[in-house]
Amino acid sequence: MSDTTVAPTPVSVIAARAVGLRKVYGQGDASVAALDGVTVDFRSGEFTAVMGPSGSGKSTLMHCMAALDTASGGEVFLGDQQLSGMGDKQLTLLRRDKIGFVFQAYNLVPTLTARENIELPLSIAGRKPDPDWFDTVIDTVGLRDRLKHRPNELSGGQQQRVACARALVSRPEIVFADEPTGNLDSAASAEVLGFLRRSVDDHGQTIVMVTHDPIAAGYTDRVVFLADGKVVDELRDPTADGVLERMKVLSQQAVAGTAAEA
Amino acid sequence: MLKVTWRNLVARKLRLVLSAFAIVLGVAFVAGSFIFTDALGGAFSGIVKGTTADVEVMPTGAGEVDQFGTDARTLPASLVDELEELAEVAEASGIDELQGVFVISKAGKLIGGNGPPGLAFNYADTTAITGKPILSRAAGELPDGPGKIALDIDTADKAGYDVGDTVTLVTPGDPPTMKAELVGLVRFGSEGGLVGATLTVFDERVIQDLFFGGRDVYTNISVTAAEGVSQTELRDAVQPLLPNGVEALTGDKFAADQQEAIGEILGFINIFLLVFAAVSMVVGTFLIINTFSILVAQRSRELALLRAMGASKRQVNGAVLVEAFVVSVVGSTLGVGLGYLLALGLEALFGIIGLDLGGASMSLAPRTIGIAYAVGILVTMVAAYLPARRASRIAPIEAMRDDVALGETSLRRRTILGAGMVAAGVVLMVLGFVGEGGRGLSLIGLGMLVILVGVSQAAALAGRPILRGLGVVYRRLFGTVGNLATENSLRHPRRTAATSSALMIGLTLVALMSILGQSAKASTDAAIEESLTAELIVSNATGQFFSTAYAKQIADLDGVASVTTFRQASAKLEESQVFLQAVDPDSLDAALQLPVDAGSLQSFDDRSVLVSSTRADASNLEVGDSVELTFPAGPKALEVAGIYPTGGAISGDFVLTLEGLKRAGIKPEDSLLFVSKEPGASERQVRAAIERVLAGNPTVTLKNQEEFANEQKGLINTVLYIIYALLGLAVIIAMLGITNTLALSVIERTREVGLLRAVGLSRRQLRRMVRLEAVAIAILGAVLGVVMGIAFGVAMQRAIADQGLDVLEIPWLQLAIFVALAAIVGVLAAVFPARRAAKLDVLRAITTE
Repeated sequence: MSDTTVAPTPVSVIAARAVGLRKVYGQGDASVAALDGVTVDFRSGEFTAVMGPSGSGKSTLMHCMAALDTASGGEVFLGDQQLSGMGDKQLTLLRRDKIGFVFQAYNLVPTLTARENIELPLSIAGRKPDPDWFDTVIDTVGLRDRLKHRPNELSGGQQQRVACARALVSRPEIVFADEPTGNLDSAASAEVLGFLRRSVDDHGQTIVMVTHDPIAAGYTDRVVFLADGKVVDELRDPTADGVLERMKVLSQQAVAGTAAEA
Repeated sequence: MLKVTWRNLVARKLRLVLSAFAIVLGVAFVAGSFIFTDALGGAFSGIVKGTTADVEVMPTGAGEVDQFGTDARTLPASLVDELEELAEVAEASGIDELQGVFVISKAGKLIGGNGPPGLAFNYADTTAITGKPILSRAAGELPDGPGKIALDIDTADKAGYDVGDTVTLVTPGDPPTMKAELVGLVRFGSEGGLVGATLTVFDERVIQDLFFGGRDVYTNISVTAAEGVSQTELRDAVQPLLPNGVEALTGDKFAADQQEAIGEILGFINIFLLVFAAVSMVVGTFLIINTFSILVAQRSRELALLRAMGASKRQVNGAVLVEAFVVSVVGSTLGVGLGYLLALGLEALFGIIGLDLGGASMSLAPRTIGIAYAVGILVTMVAAYLPARRASRIAPIEAMRDDVALGETSLRRRTILGAGMVAAGVVLMVLGFVGEGGRGLSLIGLGMLVILVGVSQAAALAGRPILRGLGVVYRRLFGTVGNLATENSLRHPRRTAATSSALMIGLTLVALMSILGQSAKASTDAAIEESLTAELIVSNATGQFFSTAYAKQIADLDGVASVTTFRQASAKLEESQVFLQAVDPDSLDAALQLPVDAGSLQSFDDRSVLVSSTRADASNLEVGDSVELTFPAGPKALEVAGIYPTGGAISGDFVLTLEGLKRAGIKPEDSLLFVSKEPGASERQVRAAIERVLAGNPTVTLKNQEEFANEQKGLINTVLYIIYALLGLAVIIAMLGITNTLALSVIERTREVGLLRAVGLSRRQLRRMVRLEAVAIAILGAVLGVVMGIAFGVAMQRAIADQGLDVLEIPWLQLAIFVALAAIVGVLAAVFPARRAAKLDVLRAITTE
């Protein structure tokens, strides 16, 4: 997979797709379906947020799509590759070469410098970063003077920006971000989200972000709402207020649903 | 609180097992040492009791056990008849006992002979103090004439002989080898076998003809008491009949004396083993401290929660100590069990050097169990105390914090402490060099110990350059994985240092021993090359004496110019044992050049001795002084004719003339023959002629100078291998330490492992990362250990250079191999933690709190 073969992708191309995805925990009567037949597409060059109340299955969806977890049923496609049936080795290679990650916390290896952390997926693969692209990424996240620092010498916001840089520097086909601003104050959150936004706008990066923060969702192109392991709604070009509104409706429905069941 | 502790233990079975391992192995070594020496002691005591009659009559002092060289004195046979006249005597049996009679197996191999004696005596129908007959017939007949013998069942079995076969024997008499018909088998009266000794039974007249010059004499007389007569009464009755220079001892007294003497020798073996047990315990202590430190660090949040809920410092401290106690009890129990197995291993190991325990039973004395538990529990509690104290210092507020990090005591303080100890150790060693003899050596040893502990303290900082250097290699070879491994090893400098210190101690000792061994071998080479003039040497590789007949036969051969005979014996000088060589002064020149520091060889005669330089120093002897050496037959005053430097071709404290030694009451038996050929003679032909003389005797062999040197070096190697094997256990404990530390580190770094796997680190790469960290720790320990081993080895060689170790030789290749082996130890140590890390579920690892 050399970088030159990755052609600029038209917006309409699907980067990742879940079809009838099911994930069941436990067995028999005690089983709980975290994902109950989720079908969703994530388009290339788009910034998508996955939202939903706690227990809606949004994290599980991300884990299954990001080759971190295996589904109980249904299919996951990353580009044209089908994930089911892949062994640990193939999944690892897939994560290494095609996927970028940003987690809520504990994103960086404490013994490595910021630069080494950013280069980690590439150096694991035994590759060198494209110097121009590396510079672009570093300048975008504004970390040039922090490259030699270890994570414990960086603020929480800086750490997350390093994590974002790491996710982007290998030019993955898709970046999954799991509550990337969950531990940050609003200023730092804005920095990180702004950076993610720019990488989509300027470089056509595909990003899927799990969040429960309407403000964070406001930075995206599209919001997918999950509840009880199902896709229940979708919002294009959202604003924070719009998202908040929609969530209120959803939670009222949920309450109403519970009331109706009872 | 107890409940919480208990739950902890149960919940962390794995950690319990890991930390108990160190205790198990250390305790096993201690228990094994005691079990083994007890078994040895039991076997010897069985032999002594099984061969001792109610009263033993012998030449005064002949019962000494640690005597080297055969007492030539005998008792007249008429004494037996006189004793039998006494009403108190039920029976008096004359015994002709000798050593150095060995059985050659059907396959032509020597049976036993590699340390334990080859006993021979006439059959006597005597009852031992155990109430059992000393010998009983097991099969066939008893020998009743020339050319007939009986063997003990075990020896016959080992040699593959049945009744009716013709047996080949090696004897200390003339002829040196003989063939005899095996007419019967005897069973020894003692329990627990013969501890490797072999037994040949002759007819009384035959043994006297062969080995006592045909005289009707005995070496001792065993007397059994009549009904109702006590041992003391019997002795008192016997006493008046005895001529001068003959004594009677009660069976109990004789057995007790013998056992005491044997016990002293076994005590040395026990101490020798316990030294290694102590090394293992020290290494184990590092492991326990480290394990508990990590456990406490990992549980600090939980401990803080306990504190927040109102547990006092003492309770937290106590909880950790109770945990340590339970672990130590479990570990000690397993250790005693393993010690039993280890004793069997030691039996096999000592079998190599000839201490064949055959049927000796291994028993677990209450004393052994007591000591094993005491050591196990004490060491664990002491080792766990520091971590426990740190645990109690955790502030309750830390329970609320996200990341709880126990402050590692400042590296600077430890480094300064370590450097101070190293400096103090160096001072001690310097004082040791200035100091005299034994005290100087103990100071040097103490200095080494202090330096060793100091370096282990400073290793956290001192090891950094080594790890960094290794990191460069790692990065070059293994890229990011190598980098991650290096960084991980540098992460907790104290933990890494403590873990590698265990290996360091083991390798310091291994390197020290290998340098001393190599230097000893080089010194042997140099001594032989410098001073040996004779071309050929006849010797017995196992150190047993051989028949004087060979010297006479070889001297008569064509082409042989001269034969120089060496004999060995021991005597007492002011209560301490000294070793003697004896040689004919006229033929000494033909064998070797003996340099003389003072005095001269001219005045060396049958009434004088040559003294080694170290002995002369120790006993303040000068040329012209009179020295009194005590032999079994009595004291003998000799004049110091000269002083020779220790460590040349001649070992031992004193050199006497052959005649001088004979006059001291030691039976002539040879230990070495130096043969010079005539100038024109072909070495090949002379060799062949000598070989023909020695034919049929596998114990006595002919060598040239080089082969002789190799034989000497072979002995050094045997000792080295045994020491390596014993130190190997410390290395195994150190290896477990690495396993333990890494396994706990992997648990600690679960989330990081998850992250690495998420961003694409493969299982293989992850395993390699853990393995490389283990190898880094192992190499750190090995390098520090080998460097110190070299320093100590050089110092030690210098310190004992005047005792024969005058050439320093450092076995570089061997030392490099040790470091390489340490790296392999690291790889092995990583197997379990690496697999554990690789098995971690990625998703669960990242989401772990």
